[in-house]
Amino acid sequence: MASEYSAKQILEVQSLSCTREDRDLFSGLSFTLTPGHALQIEGPNGSGKTTILRLLCGLRLPDEGDILWNGQSIFEDRAEYLSNLAYIGHAHGVKGELTPLENLQVSQAMSAVESPISADEALEKLGLFGFEDAPSRTLSAGQRRRVALARLMLNPVPLWILDEPFTAIDIHGQKQIENMITEHVLRGGMAILTSHHPLDLSDDHLTSLNLAK
Amino acid sequence: MKNASLSNAFFTMLKRDLTLALRTRSEIANPLLFFIIVVSLFPLAVSPEESLLRTMAPGIIWVAALLATMLSLDSIFRSDFEDGSLEQMLLSPQPIALLVLGKIMAHWLVSGLPLILIAPILGISLFLPGEAMFALLATLALGTPVLSLVGSIGVALTVGLRRGGVLLSLLVLPLYIPVLIFASNAIATAAAGISIKGQLYFLAALFALAVTLAPMATAAALRISLR
Repeated sequence: MASEYSAKQILEVQSLSCTREDRDLFSGLSFTLTPGHALQIEGPNGSGKTTILRLLCGLRLPDEGDILWNGQSIFEDRAEYLSNLAYIGHAHGVKGELTPLENLQVSQAMSAVESPISADEALEKLGLFGFEDAPSRTLSAGQRRRVALARLMLNPVPLWILDEPFTAIDIHGQKQIENMITEHVLRGGMAILTSHHPLDLSDDHLTSLNLAK
Repeated sequence: MKNASLSNAFFTMLKRDLTLALRTRSEIANPLLFFIIVVSLFPLAVSPEESLLRTMAPGIIWVAALLATMLSLDSIFRSDFEDGSLEQMLLSPQPIALLVLGKIMAHWLVSGLPLILIAPILGISLFLPGEAMFALLATLALGTPVLSLVGSIGVALTVGLRRGGVLLSLLVLPLYIPVLIFASNAIATAAAGISIKGQLYFLAALFALAVTLAPMATAAALRISLR
């Protein structure tokens, strides 16, 4: 399949260590992620899954180690790295007082890439047709998460970092989001996610990282 | 990055925060009501005597404006911090200081501007002489943006704390004192019929300093708070 993103991009994590409140969450963590690959981070609650994702976004500084994007530390050339990254955390940043459409328009303006589709189309793809103009606080938790995930459709960036993307989403929607992720990876994108949900990707495309000791 | 996308990001942030404020109206009403109530309580509590109120008017109005602004500061980043929007903002490739400036400007339009509009009426109710009216408006116009700008640094530093309210006042209040002194002094001086150019220049300098440096300091503080 033809790749939509540059094949040269590479994310390298070099001997990352992190402690939280005097407790070693993980140490000496290293991995490399190249286009067309997904990394699934697994582990029990409190094992530091979200912490890793926040480190990978550059929101948190590692105690030791470095994270390189195309050979450059992400803590140095922040803007270049961030223009390649989409993060959807546990708190996904969908404003209850704004409509789904307004929420997407804001994230579109914050992004540095041209959108291939309109905000309306992105919402329709996530099954939110007819809810564009309702205040987001009137939507269900699952629908609000779908609004957040619609950002991935709107701003085509190579690296997706997703914290439990399937939370609060119904079975049909889980399948849909799983397809979104596999399609993205097969198109030459990269994805890092924390979830226990099995992904329909062959071992060539999917790596698992288990944080349990 | 294109210039168009920079201004687009700035104005989108400004519009977003204004829309949010208009939809949750208490954000506008609360500081304004507080301002009016505090100022109108003084004649009742102290004395309705004209000469006394006239000398106290500049101080009363400015202290009330300062406290009203401080009351509303937390709203700049609090709800965005809680629902994850702040993380998304920090992960935007656009310059954070610019987005922060958009948010501060929205905060001032919502909490500072209404104070300026209502101030002349409150001035009259405290027998502030006509000559001092220009000084009142000019000091508020130059001073309230400084309060919003400097306050945003304090909010950014305390937004990650569960009970940051007291700490915020302690952090921000000392930085507000110069504005308070020069502004209320300017009004009193103008009421006496003396030129207030010096005070206004000083307030303008504070404003220039705050508008250029505060967004950057706030952006850095937000990075620390979210760590």
